[in-house]
Amino acid sequence: MPQTAIAAEQAPTNRALREFLHGLPGVDDVGARERAAGLATRSVKTTAKAAALDLAVRMVDLTTLEGADTPGKVRALAAKARRPDPDDPDAPAAAAVCVYSDLVGVAAEAVRGSGVGVASVATAFPSGRAPLEAKLADTRRAVADGATEIDMVIDRGAFLAGDYRKVHEEITAVREACGGAHLKVILETGELATLDNVRRASWLAMGAGADFIKTSTGKVAPAATPPVVLVMLEAVRDNLAATGRAVGVKPAGGIRTAKDAIRNLVMVQEVAGPRWLDPALFRIGASSLLNDLLMQRAKQRTGAYAGPDYFTID
Amino acid sequence: MSSEDRPRAPEEQAAGAGGGEVGGEAADGHGTSRKGSRLDGQPLEYAPAPESRSVVRLREAYDPFIDGEFAPAKSGEHLTTANPADEEPLAQVAVCGEADVDRAVAAARRAYDTVWRDLPGAERGKYLFRIARVLQERARETAVLETLDNGKPIKETRDFDVPMAAAHFFYHAGWADKLAYAGMGSDPRPVGVCAQVVPWNFPLLMLAWKIAPALAAGNTAVLKPAETTPLSALLFAEVCQEAGLPPGVVNIVPGDGETGRLLVSHPGADKVAFTGSTEVGRGIARTLAGTGKRLTLELGGKGANIVYDDAALDQAVEGVVNGVFFNQGHVCCAGSRLLVQESVAEEFLERLRARMALLRLGDPLDKNTDIGAVNSAAQLERIRALAETGRAEGAEAWSPPCPLPERGHWFPPTVFTGVTQAHRVAREEIFGPVLSVLTFRTPEEAVAKANNTPYGLSAGVWTEKGSRMLWTAERLRAGVVWSNTFNRFDPASPFGGYKESGYGREGGRHGLEAYLV
Amino acid sequence: MSEHRHDGAAAPRVAVRKTHKLYIGGAFPRSESGRSYPVASADGEHLANAGMASRKDARDAVAAARKAFPGWAGRTAYNRGQVLYRAAEMMEGRRAQFAAELSAATGAGRPEAEREVSAAIDRWVYYAGWTDKAAQVLGGTNPVSGPYDNRSAPEPTGVVAVLAPQDAPLLGLVSVLAPVVAMGNTAVLVASERAPLPAVALAEVLATSDLPGGVANILTGRTAELAPPLAAHADVNALDLAGALDVAGAGDLAADLEEAAAETLKRVLRPDPAVEWEADPGLGRIRPFLETKTVWHPVGT
Repeated sequence: MPQTAIAAEQAPTNRALREFLHGLPGVDDVGARERAAGLATRSVKTTAKAAALDLAVRMVDLTTLEGADTPGKVRALAAKARRPDPDDPDAPAAAAVCVYSDLVGVAAEAVRGSGVGVASVATAFPSGRAPLEAKLADTRRAVADGATEIDMVIDRGAFLAGDYRKVHEEITAVREACGGAHLKVILETGELATLDNVRRASWLAMGAGADFIKTSTGKVAPAATPPVVLVMLEAVRDNLAATGRAVGVKPAGGIRTAKDAIRNLVMVQEVAGPRWLDPALFRIGASSLLNDLLMQRAKQRTGAYAGPDYFTID
Repeated sequence: MSSEDRPRAPEEQAAGAGGGEVGGEAADGHGTSRKGSRLDGQPLEYAPAPESRSVVRLREAYDPFIDGEFAPAKSGEHLTTANPADEEPLAQVAVCGEADVDRAVAAARRAYDTVWRDLPGAERGKYLFRIARVLQERARETAVLETLDNGKPIKETRDFDVPMAAAHFFYHAGWADKLAYAGMGSDPRPVGVCAQVVPWNFPLLMLAWKIAPALAAGNTAVLKPAETTPLSALLFAEVCQEAGLPPGVVNIVPGDGETGRLLVSHPGADKVAFTGSTEVGRGIARTLAGTGKRLTLELGGKGANIVYDDAALDQAVEGVVNGVFFNQGHVCCAGSRLLVQESVAEEFLERLRARMALLRLGDPLDKNTDIGAVNSAAQLERIRALAETGRAEGAEAWSPPCPLPERGHWFPPTVFTGVTQAHRVAREEIFGPVLSVLTFRTPEEAVAKANNTPYGLSAGVWTEKGSRMLWTAERLRAGVVWSNTFNRFDPASPFGGYKESGYGREGGRHGLEAYLV
Repeated sequence: MSEHRHDGAAAPRVAVRKTHKLYIGGAFPRSESGRSYPVASADGEHLANAGMASRKDARDAVAAARKAFPGWAGRTAYNRGQVLYRAAEMMEGRRAQFAAELSAATGAGRPEAEREVSAAIDRWVYYAGWTDKAAQVLGGTNPVSGPYDNRSAPEPTGVVAVLAPQDAPLLGLVSVLAPVVAMGNTAVLVASERAPLPAVALAEVLATSDLPGGVANILTGRTAELAPPLAAHADVNALDLAGALDVAGAGDLAADLEEAAAETLKRVLRPDPAVEWEADPGLGRIRPFLETKTVWHPVGT
């Protein structure tokens, strides 16, 4: 295990980064999948389930990232995030709405005063293929418009080419551009392909100053698969032990049902530890998930299975 | 980067810290009402999730299954089988005596001579396919019954024992008409009547390992289940009836050690197959000396799990945990010795302890239970006694905080450090959730220590370097080597030991050799 | 130097007789007990004194075999095949000696003895060819239902104590020794008690045929004396009881040995009274002295 993590202040060389990242213990693909599958058999029922569902709602970054997004769509999303279930005043709000940077202003206005955050994807989302200056300008604009969180993508091409230094520099620069906003670094694990790469990218991002590491853009499959989340949770756990800093994890893409969400929470608990069972350290990037969580809440409350027509689509 | 160790979005800081109102406007007014279910940073308590017992219809008393029928034992004797998790009696089960074993062997002989031996392989195979299917159909019931009688967690009987037993029948069914390709010549013949004795750790699965290849090869069987776990074998007898298996092809004679002795020494048995302790296996080998009967033995072990410093540590921790705590460590091939390279030992043990702390011990019927009950008071006593020698000989024992239920037989997952090859806990099979940790410095030392035992059943090796893995696997004197995994089983994969872990293989083409001439 | 000759007649040459010793760890020691026993021909004529090995000699032979095991098992199969073929070559060069020894031992006529020598030589060649094939024939890939590479391959079981058949002192002898060493086991062989001389001759062949010392150890002496300590020896892994039949005064020796072998769960090849040494042996004597090792490894990225 790394006893020292990458220092964010310095500008490490490619060689130093390579030595560090390739010195991390390997991940056995099959073993990691089996561990994740084993955790998925945990049965969460009754009171535990009720608590888990509420927590999951509060962890949702309610997301719309379409070319067809409009101010109206974003306002509707914000309303849903603030009050997910109009029929149930006990239903908690989502953690944040997540939108493209040009719609941050609309979103910030729509959630004002609610405690719901505004997350903006930035840095040439989803491909990450743009000059650094453009990425930084994108970031600054989003923050200026009221984004409290920035979800940046890493340059996967640079990562796969072994140019870890470029990835590190970009994260550091975006971190700087974020100012007070929190930085989630999207690894796009579906393009990194191996779990070894997921682990290395996690440490690279944490070392460069990420507040959160996030699995995916949602535009590439596979996205937040259980083994990927497992490996990222191991990374934040080990990073805490090595540096004393707790970094958050955000799976995004592919988590559509309450069952998936609860399985993620079980993984959080048993891999990273209960400390991460907190919207400050674990988020779920999703859109359709929220209504399934609400339907399950209703089932818990009333004992009858819920129907989708009783929950708002925004 | 700021020095705060727990980054929070500003609004979450407010919400998380206060657990109440959010921001000045709090327009939605749902802040207070959220209080009740808040668990930020608190463990998610899994509520009990017990599997229902109602799928099992326990009978008050169980008779032996001989010649296709359940009929009272001539011995007139019974024993009580109990649930090891709460010591409540489950049922009365016959203890077969000499007359009963005679009757069973005679029935098996008759079935062999008149029906089974000459049945075309394709037809024999279809009976095995049927058995596999009925087992799958009655999987839930079988899993619950096995958990009740054995004490192992429902998640294991449900996900491992029962599906794997069905898979063994499915695999061997296909062999029945292809025996000419088994490498035993163009016209291999069955051996005859097989006397089979199985242990209590995997009652149904070990039955499947014995009966499936025997029947596929054209033999008939008399099987004695373990004294403390007879119920799934008797349920299997019902499965045979349901599958329409001709009477006498499978006979189940429950009983105690004496029943087993009568069976393996019965002059009418052509072949003996035993899984159990090395001590009893030795006795059987002595008994059969000079009789010309064929014998296969699957006996004890003291498996070493070698963790090199370049291992995928998280998966190695999982493998070590699975290796020794699977089925409460009641596994002959358990990785009960951890050999960890000294350079990573401290860190590895730290991770191991953290992982062990997550193991959930308790009600075996709870779907979230990882460690169930020890099968019997006698076994618990044995584990305790051996663990005590570990302490007495100066090794350091550690168990996670783990409250044990008041009733039933329980032993917490335990790891011994400061162990040397000279300690009894490093040499003797404990057959419980007890891991002994030793360290090594070089690959040669690891292999030498791993092989330094009269047993030779299983071993594990954890390294990300392919050539080192192969080098190590090649030198380990063990019948099964799991590299970068542990405790994997498959009907197609031969299993069995070197040295005092027994002889013969079970599973795969190799396993058929024991049942063919 | 004919001028030194005092008469024209050559003095009859005194033959140099062979002392028949044991073969342990590549050397030819006398029995540590200092004992020997007279060996007679088929018609009762004294042929020689053979070493009469003791229990301690048996123990030394086991130690030598154990020491040689890792190296021999670790040789490539191709190399073991070459060594076995070399043994055949060496025997071929000493056909006359073997035929004469066999003829004397069994009373067989010369042509019959020649045929048996040929068969014995050919048996080395047969097993030389198996060394690098048995693993393919007996091992394989197992199609398990999961993301694992899963293979089974045979490995030598270790030190094998071999009781050579009493009544087939050359072909029987080679037929039990060659399959054991072919696959990487090392052997402690007890020669036919009544006709041990071909075994001593074979030891001399092996000593010059690149077989590492200790791989084959050959003891002559009383089967009933040597077999029990071998059967009970905890460092012996397997037992071939071919020579446990018809041992005078030993009762049911095979059963007793099997019982002793049970103590450490040795693999035991029981004697077959109907064995025909001339027949194609197939894998029948290879398989009993192999262990199947199954190795699992995950397949992933």
